[in-house]
Amino acid sequence: MTDSAVSESREAMSEQTLSREVVVGMRQGLHARPADMLAREARRWQSRVELLSDAQRVDGKSILEVLTLAAEAGTRLVVQVTGPDAGAAIEAIGGLFDRNFNENETDQGEQGA
Amino acid sequence: MITSTPPRRAGAEHDRRMKFSDFVAVDAIRSQVHARSKEGVIREMAQSLVDAGSIAAADLESIVKAIMKREDLGSTGIGRGVAVPHTKHPGVGRLVGTVAVSREGVDFESLDGELVQLFFLLVSPPDRPGDHLRALENISRQLRDETFCRQLKSATGPVEIQRLLAEADRHGEAA
Repeated sequence: MTDSAVSESREAMSEQTLSREVVVGMRQGLHARPADMLAREARRWQSRVELLSDAQRVDGKSILEVLTLAAEAGTRLVVQVTGPDAGAAIEAIGGLFDRNFNENETDQGEQGA
Repeated sequence: MITSTPPRRAGAEHDRRMKFSDFVAVDAIRSQVHARSKEGVIREMAQSLVDAGSIAAADLESIVKAIMKREDLGSTGIGRGVAVPHTKHPGVGRLVGTVAVSREGVDFESLDGELVQLFFLLVSPPDRPGDHLRALENISRQLRDETFCRQLKSATGPVEIQRLLAEADRHGEAA
């Protein structure tokens, strides 16, 4: 495929990159259960989903990669989504952080690191 | 934790990176678990921590129960034939863990549906979420290396597993 063909096909998919800053609000940090929720949500979308910390850029669709962030409570991350469904994807993923991955309202967060 | 880490571009939290040797009880490593069920493997690994003196025998049942309760919230089978069953428990003063291998593989209701052959079991004090996160970080980072993963699964004995973990610790420092 030529370069111009690549760029045309990208245009056809109206590929766009969107970023959003999020904060890890869970007392236990971004541990195994929320990392699992995040990777599952990210995999629902066609777009590429990445998480950026000060030090790293990881694939949001891989739980292993997400866990390598070791993001403790209060850590700021950037969610970066690139692809045809970037808008909906970033909204869904940002929403997980907004809702603290449904933790902290119950004692499950304590138990379930 | 005192380590002689070289300067790295990572943030402050990465200066406190954990190594396998910081939490794996070497006497509790098992290269062939006998259990074929999720609870059976967890029990066998917890018992190995009791035998190694890392957790008290009196805490065994409540630790197994707590780990199973955590599994009910969502499997810790994180894919690639690996699971990280874990819990917090007031019976431990610091993070302790062990490693076990199942030749046949165990149905852990993993995210990718694969049988699990490689287990890292972690028990951490309730007030140390950071240590738990750093242990998970270490395990995940090292397991991105498929060769390491394969070598662990096919290790012939606990000593070989211990050697592979020590090598990974050295590589991790150099990375």
